[in-house]
Amino acid sequence: MNTIANKFTHANSSSVLNEINAVQSEFASGHQLELAPSIQVPPISQPTDFLRAHTDDASNPDCKIKIAHGTTTLAFRFKEGIVVAVDSRATAGNWIASQTVNKVIRINPFLLGTMAGGAADCQYWETWLGTQCRLHELREKERISVAAASKILGNLVYEYKGMGLSMGTMVCGYTKKEGPTIYYVDSDGTRLKGDIFCVGSGQTFAYGVLDSEYKWDLTVEEALYLGKRSILAATHRDAYSGGSINLYHVTETGWVYHGNHNVGDIFWDIKEKEQSFNNVDG
Amino acid sequence: MSGYDSALSIFSPDGHVFQVEYASEAVKRGTCAVGVKGKESVVLGCEKRTTLKLQDPRITPSKICKIDNHALLAFAGLNADARILVDKARVEAQSHRLTLEDAVSIEYLTKYVAGVQQKYTQSGGVRPFGIATIIAGFDSNDTVPRLYQTEPSGVYNAWKAHAIGRSSKTVREFLEKHYEEDLSDEQTIKLTIKSLLEVVQTGAKNIEVSVLKAGNVIQKLSVDEIKKYVDEIEAEKAAEAEKKKKPRD
Repeated sequence: MNTIANKFTHANSSSVLNEINAVQSEFASGHQLELAPSIQVPPISQPTDFLRAHTDDASNPDCKIKIAHGTTTLAFRFKEGIVVAVDSRATAGNWIASQTVNKVIRINPFLLGTMAGGAADCQYWETWLGTQCRLHELREKERISVAAASKILGNLVYEYKGMGLSMGTMVCGYTKKEGPTIYYVDSDGTRLKGDIFCVGSGQTFAYGVLDSEYKWDLTVEEALYLGKRSILAATHRDAYSGGSINLYHVTETGWVYHGNHNVGDIFWDIKEKEQSFNNVDG
Repeated sequence: MSGYDSALSIFSPDGHVFQVEYASEAVKRGTCAVGVKGKESVVLGCEKRTTLKLQDPRITPSKICKIDNHALLAFAGLNADARILVDKARVEAQSHRLTLEDAVSIEYLTKYVAGVQQKYTQSGGVRPFGIATIIAGFDSNDTVPRLYQTEPSGVYNAWKAHAIGRSSKTVREFLEKHYEEDLSDEQTIKLTIKSLLEVVQTGAKNIEVSVLKAGNVIQKLSVDEIKKYVDEIEAEKAAEAEKKKKPRD
């Protein structure tokens, strides 16, 4: 794991020996084919197929290794900054592993990362991302930009492309240079800047509510409610999302946590207040 | 002493790494390079060796190298070593643009070049780079001029005005005497050329000058433009000399 991660822990820290050896071997071997780097791979003929056969619930429901999955996360930009809302359920096949997972990582007071997909992959690599962001701050005496932070994660997962990482994340933050910014980064290596993203098994349900009510000119209160309501819609219909909703608001002075809202409780409050979910018997 | 100077990886008993100090000697024999910061500009000037008769001056590489759109590097010492270091700096500048989606700051670039020079003072089988560099430019979206210098040991410093290479001590003393804060572009160029003329006796054809301004503006002065400044400076010197003579009679 570390040999790949080390490649992205900043150019300055590459080892002296590698540099010197590279110079010397260039003389020895003539042409250095830098376009075909090699990375450590397990000694199986087709590692990606092996992984799929043993862990992919969709292609093989009888597989023995169940990776924790399932989520709805969303983030959208509006006049007053960014709202980030996530659920908190983790499932392993049909088993609800936890209803209280924290799917937002606080990278620094101005940067948040959301987690969807494989829980372990997200937790590990986003914590690692936090380390790299901190190192950047110490070296450059300046907070890292959202573009650079998301690129560190994007480049890292690209190295592991095809090897079974499962991550759909949003890197959200505010810097003076960029303003409020959201980057969607996934384990295919996709990295997109955008204003609205919903990620996870329940994303389509969240998009339904979010897209129909979204406006750039929402107030902070309206936007937070919209985020919460979109996740609620997803937890209602997606079996793999639920538990509670965590809300964040990112402003020019950093992110603000807006509480943990248990779905079981607020569902009934919202059903009564909005007069919605009328097919559910009160 | 002689026992401790042949290998790079050992200290002498009194704390010297002689190979690094000998590298500085190589720098002192290289052609002079000067950098001066003004209010809104940085000017780099270099001494050009007299071209031999059959040498083609139009395509012989200059000593002031562009690292990126906003940064220039001038050096003193072994030209071949400089070529390698300049290329590393160029690659790092692009690599930074790729991974951080932003241009390098001048300090970052300097730190990198100095870091490479330091790496080569602490391993076996290699010798230090025999060059000192002056790195000048502006950070992106910034109007503050930056000027840094690195040396073979890997030390780097920020300067308001500095000179390296042959007779750099003379030039530095001249700069200390005549440097003022917030010089205009014209005054900065003039000061650079004037300080170079202290050591380059043969005039405009052996000087090259580049001017940097905020917003990726890099301007290389032509021989005629330099000659204009030189003539102005000579005229002023003559006038000064005249004034000094007069009270005598």
